[in-house]
Amino acid sequence: MSTTADLPTQQTGTATRAGRPSAARPARVRRRGQSSRTATVLSHAVLTVASLIAVLPVLYIFFISLGPDKMDYLHPGQILGKATLANFGKVLGRTDFLTWFLNSVLVAGGTCVIGVLIAASTGYAVSRMRFPGLRPLMWSLLVTQMFPIAVLIVPMYYIMANLGLLDSYGGLILVYASTVVPYCAWLLKGYFDTIPVEIDEAGRVDGLSPFGAFWRLILPLARPGLAVAAFYTFLTAWAEVPFASTFLLSSDKYTLAVGLTTFVSQYESQWNLMAATSVLIALPASAFFYLVQKHLVTGLTAGAAKS
Amino acid sequence: MTVAVQGTAGRGGRDRGSRPGPVQRLKLSYSKHWYAYAMAAPVVIVLGLLVAYPLGRGIYLTLTDATSLNVGHTVGVNHIPDSFKFVGLHNYQDVLFGPGSYDRFWSHFIWTIVWTVVCVALHYSLGLGLAMLLNQKLRGRTAYRMMLIVPWAVPTFVTVFSWRLMLADGGLVNTVLGSLHLGQPGWLADPLAQKAAAILVNTWCGVPFMMVSLLGGLQSIPAELYEAAEMDGASAWQRFRHVTLPGLRAVSSTVVLLGIIWTFNQFVIIFLLFGQNAPDVQILVTWAYRLGFGQQPRDYAQSASYGIILLSILIVFTAFYQRWLKRNDQAAI
Repeated sequence: MSTTADLPTQQTGTATRAGRPSAARPARVRRRGQSSRTATVLSHAVLTVASLIAVLPVLYIFFISLGPDKMDYLHPGQILGKATLANFGKVLGRTDFLTWFLNSVLVAGGTCVIGVLIAASTGYAVSRMRFPGLRPLMWSLLVTQMFPIAVLIVPMYYIMANLGLLDSYGGLILVYASTVVPYCAWLLKGYFDTIPVEIDEAGRVDGLSPFGAFWRLILPLARPGLAVAAFYTFLTAWAEVPFASTFLLSSDKYTLAVGLTTFVSQYESQWNLMAATSVLIALPASAFFYLVQKHLVTGLTAGAAKS
Repeated sequence: MTVAVQGTAGRGGRDRGSRPGPVQRLKLSYSKHWYAYAMAAPVVIVLGLLVAYPLGRGIYLTLTDATSLNVGHTVGVNHIPDSFKFVGLHNYQDVLFGPGSYDRFWSHFIWTIVWTVVCVALHYSLGLGLAMLLNQKLRGRTAYRMMLIVPWAVPTFVTVFSWRLMLADGGLVNTVLGSLHLGQPGWLADPLAQKAAAILVNTWCGVPFMMVSLLGGLQSIPAELYEAAEMDGASAWQRFRHVTLPGLRAVSSTVVLLGIIWTFNQFVIIFLLFGQNAPDVQILVTWAYRLGFGQQPRDYAQSASYGIILLSILIVFTAFYQRWLKRNDQAAI
């Protein structure tokens, strides 16, 4: 495969050189896709600077979290000499951090499973089947993403209260699912579109129901897309503040994000503890992210790139 | 996105064409529809319950003068019923044209538009630039990619908190600026600097998504197109203009639309960076939240009116955007 791809490339290079004899130099033939030395150095320089900017704030908060004193963030230079992990011990030992952490795992995990499952089945339906109401459904999935939180939060509060879902994980999971499902369904529809219909048809010929074909054939093939959707739902639920702080009332049910906001008033200006908590919150999410990141490129754009 | 829908239509047509007899086809189509509805049902129910109904109620609230004082609530064992009354379109009229509507609505509206345009333009151009750099054969590009998506991998409220520490007086940013003998604006206090800070942080957060999406788009452009262009003597700029950009159009139209919608409704960054105390930097969404939750009495009706106005702006925009895309597609074919 690669040899056949390389061959015409070299021919192209020589053809270009032959076509412009004045530009022909005795220097080595440069292949397509390989740029000049200056360009490479420049690319490395730009990418290095960009990477530094991307990583800096995250490193900075980790650095601040090492400072033992609550005012250390004002004098970051002094932290170097007295860096300690004591803040992490304090957060883990003396606050409700572990309870909040488990709540967050429960809510984010629940949202992840429920959201991805129903988004996948809807995505499959709109990708493979033609039915009356398809276009309105696609449109409403798009329009739902435009909903500003402000319109929804008050009426949602009343519905949750009426359904008895206030201050419960189930209610919060449902709310999150309704916010993440539209985008996930879009994303997964795009991914399903790239899987050949012939696979479904073969499954159907062999006696699978449409749902069976979806469950046994397409879902396993769509793993990259599912990974991206799972990551998106997880992160949304993991780090969401407004809904959680409105719908969760008792402090033993708080998720991490809400817990952190109560932290501010509770400990007033203990920025070092805040920083340590932030780092602890970021770790699982980032770990999850790097598990799925190799699928990100294909998962995100498969559908859009194809059509 | 319309493109994607049309793609489905083509696929469905082919699908059905390959089936045998008419009776069987009818039966099949019935069973197909049945399955389609069953598979779409969970989403429709969840969205109907938690989005459509609240939206209906939200629209109703905009036609009343509901605040937290006159909405039914329960105090101890006593239930106090709703006492707000129907006021028609008064809220909309008041928000858009009432006394002080410039400070309450239009200034935020202008800032929201500026914010959306600047942020999406920065997201897109920086994302495209980085994606093109990552799309070449380069040593260590996996490492670069891993570092560049860090802003996306870390939860927003953690990074925003970090930015807040960095932008504070005496924080990292001003220390660096000071050592370079440059001005040290009060990033979290001065209105203009606040806006710059908000755009800076949002750009930092939003570039990775664009970069990864556009990288996927770039990788799907066949290398033969570049070879052909090079053989025809196209310069680097011409290759970018006539091969790269058209090849990215499908991806771009989707991510730009999503970017506009998400930035327009970007709540978390401004909310967490400035809290409730910076009226100048509030975009319409955060302003509406402030009316509905951040003050006493809570003005539910006005807050919902802002929400409905926001939603209508986005729907009108999307309709025009789709039409524009469709027209360009036809022109291209």
